[in-house]
Amino acid sequence: MSDVSPLVILVAAIFTNNILLSSFLGMCSFLACSKQIPTALGLGAAVIFVTTCTTALNYAIYHGVLAPIGLTHLYFIVFIAVIAAFVQFVEMFVERFSPKLYYALGIFLPLITVNCAILGASLFMIIRQYNFLQSVGFGFGGGVGWALAIVLMAGLRRKMGYSSIPKPFRGVAVVMLITGVMAMAFAGFAGMMSIE
Amino acid sequence: MADRPPACGPCLGACDGKGLATFQGGLLANNPISVQILGVCSALAVTNKLSNALVMGAALIFVCVGTNLLVSLLRKVTPRRIRMIAEVAIIATFVILVDQLLQAFYWDMSKRLGAYVGLIITNCIVMGRAEAFAMRNRPLVSVLDGVANGLGYAAVLGLIGFVRELGGNGTILGYPVLAAGPDGWYVKNLLLVGAPGAFLALGFLIAIANAIKPPAEEEMRP
Repeated sequence: MSDVSPLVILVAAIFTNNILLSSFLGMCSFLACSKQIPTALGLGAAVIFVTTCTTALNYAIYHGVLAPIGLTHLYFIVFIAVIAAFVQFVEMFVERFSPKLYYALGIFLPLITVNCAILGASLFMIIRQYNFLQSVGFGFGGGVGWALAIVLMAGLRRKMGYSSIPKPFRGVAVVMLITGVMAMAFAGFAGMMSIE
Repeated sequence: MADRPPACGPCLGACDGKGLATFQGGLLANNPISVQILGVCSALAVTNKLSNALVMGAALIFVCVGTNLLVSLLRKVTPRRIRMIAEVAIIATFVILVDQLLQAFYWDMSKRLGAYVGLIITNCIVMGRAEAFAMRNRPLVSVLDGVANGLGYAAVLGLIGFVRELGGNGTILGYPVLAAGPDGWYVKNLLLVGAPGAFLALGFLIAIANAIKPPAEEEMRP
């Protein structure tokens, strides 16, 4: 894994190995916050920012602190603590500079803590043994990929408001099916590159 | 779970008369995946094989039961302001236990599940049950709630895993059922094993659940 360029990882994380469409991470907030484009954009931006920074932070903590003292098996709990603290910071920042966005995101900003895309990016970074630059590339690309997916879905759901959907499929079911079709479209990128 | 049921007997009232409703709620009426749409990530990710789905279900039952028990035991001494972080710490502890156990005894499975074991920490089901149920109920009934929700989750995972493995590979738990391969009649549906198949399978499952028992509100839940 060590010889792959961070740029390749970045592009692959957006398209071929999209964190939502091929690794299924961050579904809860994807389903809940994809009704309006501005909300989706705001949350997407927050996720990009948080994943990029937390992968860098977690990389530093894992290789700088946990590995030397042999406590790597505790990395789950350390990572989630780092992410929780960081999200708290982002929340205060957004509340201060964009109260409108703060109210739009409502409860879902704290829920970024339990957004599996964030923790997932950090865990994949350890499992796939990325170096620092690759990790940051993966974190940023993963965030961009997730944001891209949720914004696309918000656009589709707005159009969907005018269509008549069979009753059992209304709500989550049809969103899930559309996500499946989106995943098929993204699978078309698969021949380009892979970072599995 | 709105209407209070009569005490069910065997538990001698230790469950405050909520035992049966708790169990049915977690397993069917309020199934975490198909009704509440929680914990979807792992339901999609590990269901390409039935065995993965079952192990993941077992892991979640363990974490959910342990977390509910501990959160419920500590519910009176946990300050309200830090209860979230306390819950996360408890969940993470149990997830580390599961991860270490899998790595020690089932290395292959641990490899296949990969990051998704660690991602139980952010599985909304565990957090949701700890916050919504264990924080307000006695230990015994909280354990029951953990078992029921874990089973409800495992059942859905098993179902999706069954469909995806059967359709995508023609096997069940690795045993060939539909004759695939060069001289077999069954053509493997690779779409089902891949990512899109997971979304489609769960989408149809939720639609079927909706058709059987229409949701109370048109609006979907967060």
